Amino acid sequence: MDTDHKSVEMSSTKPLLEVQDLVKHFTVESSSLFGKKTEFVRAVDGVSLEVYPGETLGLVGESGCGKSTVARTLLRLDKVTSGQAYFDGEDIFSMSRGQLRQWRRRVQMIFQDPYGSLDPRGSVGEIISEPWVVHSGIYPKEEHQERARDLMRQVGLNPNHDGRYPFQFSGGQRQRVGIARALALRPELIICDEPVSALDVSVQSQVVSLLKEIQEEIGLAYIFISHDLALVRHISDRVAVMYLGEIVEIGQEEDIYERSTHPYTQALLSSVPIPDPATRGQRNRIILEGEVPSPINPPSGCRFRTRCWKAQEKCAQEVPKLIDRLSHGHPSACHYPELG
Amino acid sequence: MQREEIVAMDESNNTPSDQQITGNGGHLLEVSDLHVEFRTSGGVVKAVNGVNYILDEGETLAILGESGSGKSVGVEAVMGIVESPPGFVTAGSVKFRGTELRGMEEDQLCKIRGHNIAMIFQEAQATLDPGFTVGHQISEMLRLHRGLSKEEATKKSVELMDRVQIPFAVERANDYPHQFSGGMCQRVMIAMALALDPDVLIADEPTTALDVTIQAQVMQLLSELQTETGMGIILITHDMSVIADVADRVVVMYAGRVVETGSIHQIFDQPAHPYTVGLMNCVPRLDRKEDNLNIIPGSPPNPINLPAGCAFHPRCSLARERCLSETPVSAEVGPYHQSACHFFEEVLVGH
Repeated sequence: MDTDHKSVEMSSTKPLLEVQDLVKHFTVESSSLFGKKTEFVRAVDGVSLEVYPGETLGLVGESGCGKSTVARTLLRLDKVTSGQAYFDGEDIFSMSRGQLRQWRRRVQMIFQDPYGSLDPRGSVGEIISEPWVVHSGIYPKEEHQERARDLMRQVGLNPNHDGRYPFQFSGGQRQRVGIARALALRPELIICDEPVSALDVSVQSQVVSLLKEIQEEIGLAYIFISHDLALVRHISDRVAVMYLGEIVEIGQEEDIYERSTHPYTQALLSSVPIPDPATRGQRNRIILEGEVPSPINPPSGCRFRTRCWKAQEKCAQEVPKLIDRLSHGHPSACHYPELG
Repeated sequence: MQREEIVAMDESNNTPSDQQITGNGGHLLEVSDLHVEFRTSGGVVKAVNGVNYILDEGETLAILGESGSGKSVGVEAVMGIVESPPGFVTAGSVKFRGTELRGMEEDQLCKIRGHNIAMIFQEAQATLDPGFTVGHQISEMLRLHRGLSKEEATKKSVELMDRVQIPFAVERANDYPHQFSGGMCQRVMIAMALALDPDVLIADEPTTALDVTIQAQVMQLLSELQTETGMGIILITHDMSVIADVADRVVVMYAGRVVETGSIHQIFDQPAHPYTVGLMNCVPRLDRKEDNLNIIPGSPPNPINLPAGCAFHPRCSLARERCLSETPVSAEVGPYHQSACHFFEEVLVGH
């Protein structure tokens, strides 16, 4: 699946998931001498994106940028504050319970912590076939065991271990169980939230390769959320970069990694070390000053301006729209975009 | 920042001119044949099984390993802070400037830990005492180890916070650890470690819990401080990329053993152990898109039940009869370059 082939495919296809102006604010109450005060954590503040069938959209950013909240809100694990999201044309946020139940068969999630997300008291066979119990009518009960074993084979686990419990597996194997369970309902989209961050480096590549293989086999789409920019490049067709609840730049993988125009993307990429000592001292490193400001009271105008070396008057006054100002073919939310 | 031998091989890196390698034959730190085990109810965990390395002034030695490789326990043994029981250092020698630390009286060792060897950890926030201001915690150390008065210590601690680039150091000295971000806590830890001007700084995954932009700040800070003070740094990490960026020499550990050791260029250009090669090939690179990542099958072994022979054999594509029964010893691959693989010559050719 090369990218050119995919972009042709995309232009002729309708998006599987279409998100418009997604907002999620959490309320926090702080009390002081002067009484209680309610404040809003602007975790996600106007995110729009599309996911096409069979592609991988990488969602990157530092901790607290809102990337996981986007996922949780889309899955209706958290209640949305405002905005729309359409899955195959259907409005996710106005679905009834029954509709939601049907829809959940088509979208699954894989979590970071393979220890915490598997029921320790269920055998692996039971954990994988549980979705078929919840959504009855997919496979008759007597087939569950065999189908679960098929899935175990597909994710590279020994099917004869279906009677074992999660604690008897290593971290990487447990993540494979999580993937098998997510695949059980043959979803069209899997949201992977830091799926390999808790795993040893030598095991990470196994799991990522497995996700790619499965995608090529059955053509599902992924939203791949991660702080590991090198890994995201490897698995993604398109990439969105988030900062303080907003997308600052979005484009094809090579748009972001080779032709980024937003200073935050450029700084983020330049701070990632490359596993090759020959690059030492050869790269133009941008070391950002300071830290990400609080999402309770984000800076006016461009939220990145307080750490940006290019910031000017306009940046404090006017929120930069996420548009293509340079005709490079991908949008960037910077008043003064330029190639790095 | 380079050892002399390595400088000779790589002229492009600059060496701080004011440093000297100690002439009396004693390395700054020399660890040989270190063994550590944990006696638990589930059995004896052989965490470190014969580890050797040396560290010289101004040098950065990286210890690379995955979980259970023994990389952290090894330096805890060097510091003499392995919790015992269940942990026991069963053999080996740790020499600081030629002086043996093992078997040393606790109060003497405590002095060395204070003045000569300092350590920073991954979870900086958890290492600081939540009940005292950071200024108090830094100055306490100066009063205890340096005998400074309260006023002097307070002044010096603000200076130190300034030196590790904590903004508004005067005001922030009165803040508590929970008021600092992860990156700032790590700076406080570094300030405390620097307070006594150590010769060796051991950094155990110092940036693993930090965001990548903050990681870059902290790594740059460490490198500046090293240039300034000429201290030797032992950097413990699982991250090949961080190593590629800062290390002079690398010790690769697997299942409690050193499987390969060499200069940064030897390790990356002529890796001589299948595990090193495997690790290098399975890490994606930011500067290129790879179609497929190579993978190492399986996962790191349980240290309670290590495979016989070479512990890496169940995951190794070169493994054969001999690897299942005979534990490989470190063989000389080149100058200061060793590999513990029976078939390292094949690895070199294959790479």
